[in-house]
Amino acid sequence: MSDKVSPPGPREAVATGEPLLVAESLTKHFPVRGGFPVRRTVGAVQAVDGIDLTVRAGESFGLVGESGCGKSTTGRLLTRLLEPSAGRILYRGRDITHASRKQFAPVRSEIQMIFQDPYASLNPRQTVGRIVSGPMEINGIEPPGGREARVQELLETVGLNPEHYNRFPHEFSGGQRQRIGVARALALEPKVVVADEPVSALDVSIQAQVVNLLQRLQRELGIAFLFIAHDLAVVRHVSHRVAVMYLGRIVEVGTRDDIYGRPRHPYTHALLSAVPVLGDGASPRERIRLTGDVPSPIAPPSGCRFRTRCWKARDRCAVEAPPLARADGSAEGHLSACHFPEPPATADSGGAVRPGGRSGTAGQPGRG
Amino acid sequence: MWRRFKRDRPGVLSAYVVTFFFLVALAAPLISKLYGKNPTQTYGLDEPGLLNEYGYPVKPNGGMSGSFWFGLEPTLGRDVLMQLVYGIRTSLLIAAAATVLCVLTGVLIGVTAGYLGGRTDYLLGRFIDLLLAFPSQLSFIAFTPVVYSLFVSPEKETPTYLRVVTLILVLWVLGWMGLARLLRGQVLSLREREFVEAAKVTGASPWRIISKELLPNLWTPILVQSTLMLPSFVTIEAGLSFIGVGIVEPTPDWGRMFANGAHYYESDITYIFFPGFAMIVFVVAFNLLGDSVRDAFDPRTGR
Repeated sequence: MSDKVSPPGPREAVATGEPLLVAESLTKHFPVRGGFPVRRTVGAVQAVDGIDLTVRAGESFGLVGESGCGKSTTGRLLTRLLEPSAGRILYRGRDITHASRKQFAPVRSEIQMIFQDPYASLNPRQTVGRIVSGPMEINGIEPPGGREARVQELLETVGLNPEHYNRFPHEFSGGQRQRIGVARALALEPKVVVADEPVSALDVSIQAQVVNLLQRLQRELGIAFLFIAHDLAVVRHVSHRVAVMYLGRIVEVGTRDDIYGRPRHPYTHALLSAVPVLGDGASPRERIRLTGDVPSPIAPPSGCRFRTRCWKARDRCAVEAPPLARADGSAEGHLSACHFPEPPATADSGGAVRPGGRSGTAGQPGRG
Repeated sequence: MWRRFKRDRPGVLSAYVVTFFFLVALAAPLISKLYGKNPTQTYGLDEPGLLNEYGYPVKPNGGMSGSFWFGLEPTLGRDVLMQLVYGIRTSLLIAAAATVLCVLTGVLIGVTAGYLGGRTDYLLGRFIDLLLAFPSQLSFIAFTPVVYSLFVSPEKETPTYLRVVTLILVLWVLGWMGLARLLRGQVLSLREREFVEAAKVTGASPWRIISKELLPNLWTPILVQSTLMLPSFVTIEAGLSFIGVGIVEPTPDWGRMFANGAHYYESDITYIFFPGFAMIVFVVAFNLLGDSVRDAFDPRTGR
């Protein structure tokens, strides 16, 4: 694998740390239709309900939460695959919330996506060369040296043999397919890449390779990543900042160390305590067991959405939705949405979640 | 893809056979000139000694000889080879034209309904259901004379080209729904796949998504359906001509040769043998060709 990475394009540079992609009270409600004989909207799945987040230039932003909490919907909203119901999306200060395909075209190439399932995200009838050169063709990009040379360079960047140009996706393994997906996302030299669970469909030993590839690209090309995952260890390994989602809302956001070392929201505590740890067995950690299921997003609980499963819930939680704000004792930029935040420490003071906690190998620095 | 197809021996062979049939149909006048006979002249009646008093060929095997290669038609004494060549020409023209129209309509309506979804899908779907509810064979019989009378008053003789156009129209109107419905379902499932979203993220237009991402994945059903459709149109056309609403005398027709052959097969089996054998070879070769082309299109089959 080559470590040489071509420099980003000559488009206007962004200063590291500048807010790149901003969501303001972004909301997506999917209508639920029913009734007979006249079908009408009888409710809505509140998949994403008013979230605020900022992805800064050059940073890796992790978004974690359990299945069905709206992580993927958020990613699809930010890449404009879904039309938001309310709220705003800003890209470098430009409102792109309801931009049509033509209006959006100038910045389209700067926001790209890596998909979860490498078996579904590559067209089985196209060769690798056509898959990776497709984005350039669509946007009329003529790289110096021709598209084929550029595709081969990209294949090399993601650790594939450039001679595989004419092969079909089914001739590759899952990990190699995901690398093709990464090469396609890089073809337009994006500034932000939304990675929607890019490793969760892969074998654990392959996960490490792909995660390290993404991390290397992020460092060397200065691409900002929105890293959506449910694997806490992977997110900890790659992210600078982390947001935790629960039932369509962000419950806590902060730097990686804040979230993993000094979480304030009870849900974050519960999540972190669920990660198994390799230890001596002498001091068993206290595992927070949440009771019941995640409530239905069609009829979410009033007030704080976590209150139905929270051991600290009081009357106030049912009436008043807690704002995402800085709690007493939290660091600057560490926000949590709880009326009664936990003390800033994990049950066994910090060491609860190590990279690779899930399997012991996932986060270990493997082949780069 | 071409290389993969060439490696498929039965496919190449059936491609030759199918090409041969189409060449025969195209070059019918040339064959007629070289062979020195035409399909309408009643040789058996004109020249005494070819047919006996019951109207059957005198020579064995249906009157096969050096001058009449496939024998003579009973009663009228026309040349069977020329009848067959021109009959293939008529039938293939009608079946091929109807297939092309049906495939184009089916692809257009099926992909539109599947890709747009919602109300368009609902309306097109109900329209397809409506047309599918017609019993097609009965409708062909019932509607063909109606369409004739639209063009020509009942007293006048219907010109042959109008009969051909009418048959194509009738086959087309009731023939495209199966393919459209099949493609609608395929598009519906493909449209939600992540590679379509990936194309959208890179800014692809709907037209590009349909033509570059979806259509290559639809070649299999389109080819399979059209290779089934063409021989079935040949047989439906034959059936209509048999009943008498299709092509009438004196225009030679493949299907009508069966109808006639069925009358005479007890005394003259040779007369039905050649059209029947030709039809079997054609249908089998066409279906095999369809399979091979599909395999060549699909990169996942191991060839």
